[in-house]
Amino acid sequence: MASVPAPARTGTDAAAAAPAALEVAGLSYAYGRRRALDDVSFTLDGGRFALLFGLNGAGKTTLFSLLTRLFTAPQGRIRILGHDLERQPGATLARLGVVFQQSTLDLDLTVRQNLEYHAALHGLGRAVTRARIAEELERNGLADRARDRVRALSGGQRRRVEIARALLHRPDLLLLDEPTVGLDVRSRQDIEAHVRTLCATDGLAVLWATHLTDEASPGDRLVVLHRGRLCFDGTVAGALAARGGGDLRAAFMALIGEAE
Amino acid sequence: MTAVHYWRCFCGILMREVLRFVHQRERFLSALVRPLLWLFIFGAGFRQVLGVSITPPYETYILYEVYITPGLVAMIQLFNGMQSSLSMVYDREMGSMRTLLVSPLPRWYLLLCRLLAGVAVSIVQVYVFLAIAWAWGIEMPPLGYLAVLPALVVSGLMLGALGLLLSSAIKQLENFAGVMNFVIFPLFFTSTALYPLWRLRDASPLLADICALNPFTHAVELIRFALYLDFNTTALAAVAAATAVFLAAAFYGYDPARGFTRGKQTA
Repeated sequence: MASVPAPARTGTDAAAAAPAALEVAGLSYAYGRRRALDDVSFTLDGGRFALLFGLNGAGKTTLFSLLTRLFTAPQGRIRILGHDLERQPGATLARLGVVFQQSTLDLDLTVRQNLEYHAALHGLGRAVTRARIAEELERNGLADRARDRVRALSGGQRRRVEIARALLHRPDLLLLDEPTVGLDVRSRQDIEAHVRTLCATDGLAVLWATHLTDEASPGDRLVVLHRGRLCFDGTVAGALAARGGGDLRAAFMALIGEAE
Repeated sequence: MTAVHYWRCFCGILMREVLRFVHQRERFLSALVRPLLWLFIFGAGFRQVLGVSITPPYETYILYEVYITPGLVAMIQLFNGMQSSLSMVYDREMGSMRTLLVSPLPRWYLLLCRLLAGVAVSIVQVYVFLAIAWAWGIEMPPLGYLAVLPALVVSGLMLGALGLLLSSAIKQLENFAGVMNFVIFPLFFTSTALYPLWRLRDASPLLADICALNPFTHAVELIRFALYLDFNTTALAAVAAATAVFLAAAFYGYDPARGFTRGKQTA
């Protein structure tokens, strides 16, 4: 396995002193005898856009399932803003916003009803719910669609609703699991740009799982998984530099090749 | 996380179930047509064949339709419990269960809210059915319609908990059709929904014993007695015990440490 560079902690001193938005330490998980994750550790700071890159079957979905406590790992630790997911699941999940790979909206309900349901799950009061729904829909360019059934929306719009929903309870960490799958080029770019803006303006930490190299920009944090192991932890620029510059796709393939 | 949070969460889940129910008119209609067919056709057809003698809670001779009405009420709840677990399996495959489970309140509470929301929907169906039956001439004591409400909550909880348990055990939708056949029909036919226990004992003592042990029998009897302003302690105890067992097993099934998507292996 290739030597793993130290995590790039480029935040300010204040950010460095605060607990990391996400800290994953020694995480392992197996489905029966098949190891899906093997001793994975990395940290993310607030306000950073991080790509979780890996091929299909690299362990991204398992990692997301563990991060969202769909199931728990017998080994390893997950902390979100210093809260331990295992010891304080409620407080930890309250800091977390998630956009799952498959759409989880109720197609027969309106956009507003879907968002209200989410707000209720997070215990938001009526006035707060109303204000935040208006605000998030506005920010996501969906202000005029609140009364529409989700079924009537396009794929890109549905994704935006899901992002708006994930932000209703003001999380510190936003997880997105291949959020642009099945969308056209235009929608993909829009959504990516939008999430990057959120990251910059809200100080939100974003973990964006993908297998598409064109969703990377040089300043991004980059975490690469291959066959359940962490095979790179740094920045996109760092990955390129280590390969002597050039094509990002080639750099990824080289990283993965070394990990084999 | 305060009591207010818990309350809002429950209201949100209840609201979602009600809205989904309202949008699925076919589901409402089929939930209603099924017991009505039994009542109008089966009940009428067997009126002459099966005589029902005077057994508690009845104080007089009754028509066969009158006898099976409480059983059909329980059947509505049985189907509802199974349907809501079907939708939980569906939700899990489609991912919307994850939205629920990733929210901050304890998982057992979230599942309990889902369960209670399903029970509320089933009670609406039951009252619509009882209203139609009333129009058909099957009248209970007026206060019975009120007294049956707590019985419906308890029996609905038991059948919903059974559905929840099944949904935790079933990994995929395709497996569900079989379970419907192996759960719904045996439960329904080996109960006192369609024939009183004493009649069954004449036919087969073994079947009567199975029937007496079937938790669905006790749900039926609980409802039957409540409708006639009577109280069946045995039935209540049996239903409460079964509910506790089903719930405990379902919560165990949904325990994150066990990993309920295990076996699906979506890596």
